[in-house]
Amino acid sequence: MSVRVSLFATCVANEFFAEACADTVRLLRHLGVDLDVPRAQTCCGQPSHNSGHVEDARRMAAHTLDAFADAEYVVLPSGSCAAMIRAVYPDLIGTDAARALAARTYELTQFLVDVLAVESLGDGLRGLRIAYHHGCHALRELGVERQPVHLLRASGAEVVAWEADQECCGFGGLFSAKMPEVSAAMADRKLDTLPRVDVLTSADGGCLLQLDGRSRMRERGISVRHLAHLLWSATGR
Amino acid sequence: MSRVNPGGYREAAAATLRDEPDVRDSVGSATRTFDAHRRTAYGAIDVERWRDWARDVKSHALTHLDDYLEQAERALLDRGAQVHWAETAADALGVLDAIVERRGVRSAVKGKSMLSEELEVNAHLERLGVRPVETDLGEYIIQLLGEPPSHIVGPAIHKSLEDCRRLFHDRLGTPLSAEPDELAAAARHALRAEFLAADLGISGGNFLAADTGTLALIENEGNIRLSTSLPPVHVAFVGIEKVVPRFTDLAGLLQLTARAATGQPIGNFVSLIQGPRRSDEVDGPEEFHVVLVDNGRTTLFADDIAWEALRCVRCGACLNICPVYRQTGGHAYGWTYSGPIGSIISPGLLGLEEAMPLPNASSLCGACTDVCPVRIPIHELLHHWREEAVAEGLAPRGEAFGSRLYAAMATRPGAFRAGGGLLRHTPWPWIGRSLPVLGGWLQERAAPKPSRKSFLKLWDEGIE
Repeated sequence: MSVRVSLFATCVANEFFAEACADTVRLLRHLGVDLDVPRAQTCCGQPSHNSGHVEDARRMAAHTLDAFADAEYVVLPSGSCAAMIRAVYPDLIGTDAARALAARTYELTQFLVDVLAVESLGDGLRGLRIAYHHGCHALRELGVERQPVHLLRASGAEVVAWEADQECCGFGGLFSAKMPEVSAAMADRKLDTLPRVDVLTSADGGCLLQLDGRSRMRERGISVRHLAHLLWSATGR
Repeated sequence: MSRVNPGGYREAAAATLRDEPDVRDSVGSATRTFDAHRRTAYGAIDVERWRDWARDVKSHALTHLDDYLEQAERALLDRGAQVHWAETAADALGVLDAIVERRGVRSAVKGKSMLSEELEVNAHLERLGVRPVETDLGEYIIQLLGEPPSHIVGPAIHKSLEDCRRLFHDRLGTPLSAEPDELAAAARHALRAEFLAADLGISGGNFLAADTGTLALIENEGNIRLSTSLPPVHVAFVGIEKVVPRFTDLAGLLQLTARAATGQPIGNFVSLIQGPRRSDEVDGPEEFHVVLVDNGRTTLFADDIAWEALRCVRCGACLNICPVYRQTGGHAYGWTYSGPIGSIISPGLLGLEEAMPLPNASSLCGACTDVCPVRIPIHELLHHWREEAVAEGLAPRGEAFGSRLYAAMATRPGAFRAGGGLLRHTPWPWIGRSLPVLGGWLQERAAPKPSRKSFLKLWDEGIE
């Protein structure tokens, strides 16, 4: 019997990384997953929660809880949104249903490696030099560290050493708009230490918007792609 | 108090980045070095157990604060110290008035103390006609410059070696090419005369052991040892949260604090002060005063969640790893305590309204929480203060409205999708800059590139 997954595209990826979400669909189907996309999904509530508007966040969390009530697994191509459901919902909502949803929610690479036990997706990334940015919530709240790097390396890519790979990019949701100057300086630290690579990637759309937006403003010519896109490319399909 | 200006954080941070780009280089390099040493020093011990233990000791002391403070007072009095209780900064500073008058104090040497910065001791001494002399090398540098410290442990880390060479050349006559050792020697020479002439020595306190009344001080330069033992009077300003139950607790706390702060197994000098000079001793002050300072700490303690911030041992590890702090250093935060720890204690000590927007001066990355030696959940407390700010109506009205509207749309999938469509078709580069949130975003970044169709649209149309 195949694994049933409900995909939560997340608000940022739905609008800005639609093709990466489509690649997530292709990848999970390729791996034999029975996939559905609940129509009622919107936003996990993280933007409101992080800025202290917890009542608004609670309403969005309750909505998301309903939208994914029937899901066997919930998979997100976004570390920070997955962390919102796993690490914040249980306290924010405080019900068994919230705790149960948290327990069956996974960031994409976490799901691939820890649940599906994927060792390798193919060798479609052979020869690519890739820099992987560890989003803070994926890293600290989900403990996602080796999974994305493992999958990229197993697909033939060289994941380069990068001294700032685990430093915050400065996105931080509304932080990036409230404190734009400091936020941009944080992105510059990432970009200025970045070794020469073919692609800069991450499991988080917010971080990618930040790094790509800053890179393009400074005309750095860095190719920024969502991790889900690279993982589908890894299959060579 | 003119120096208190957290409200100017964003402007001050932007100005530092724009007008003083060297600060980012100096602070970045110093904090990364501190943090690398901290990492190595943590790696050499079973640090998770140490952190658990230190958290428990400090939490226990805080939750029995009245008992331990009274015990400490009795022990201090037994050893011949004089104890003063100061509810406010004015009460604390008032202790100096009587001493200065009675002893005819004309100059005072000071060991490094953040609490003395919080209380603005130097300005008060000057009002009393006393010349305060900072004797920690970093503090000495910024005193010459007329600046407050920018870091808890390295007060002058925002200055480069070149800055110091020019300053010492102008003020102490060293050559412009002087090496760091020569600069330190020049400061040492100048300070030696100050130590010998001082009528008063002032220090802070890292820990106060309740059972023995022992004041523990950590340092690397020997200047605290001299400031507290050479002048005839020693006044120590000690925050009430610094009390710990037992003398034996100091062993672990002193080591863990040094490892967290500078990566040293222990400070070069540890002074364990047990009262004024006794009749059979050759060194030490005739008078030893301990000023136990509240100044907002009990208010912070009364907050059910934020009280954990009072465990802080002022090591600066959270500043060193903070990607926000690293961009500007501490001055932008507008008060004595900067970085992540400053942003969670200032709302308690100054009041939340006064401390805004410091809780927002963070991306909530959580790196600070990873390194705190007493396991203060720093990023969670930053979030707590944001939540409080919203509850007290201190969040910008536009933001509160925006969040409510966003939540209303996000609970109606059709409306949310329509809104998303609008977002994708907005001609960002042209109109985005004038919008509240997007304007801030676009100021520093090229406009984001929305997907041609949303994912849900692609899904509806069929993928592959």
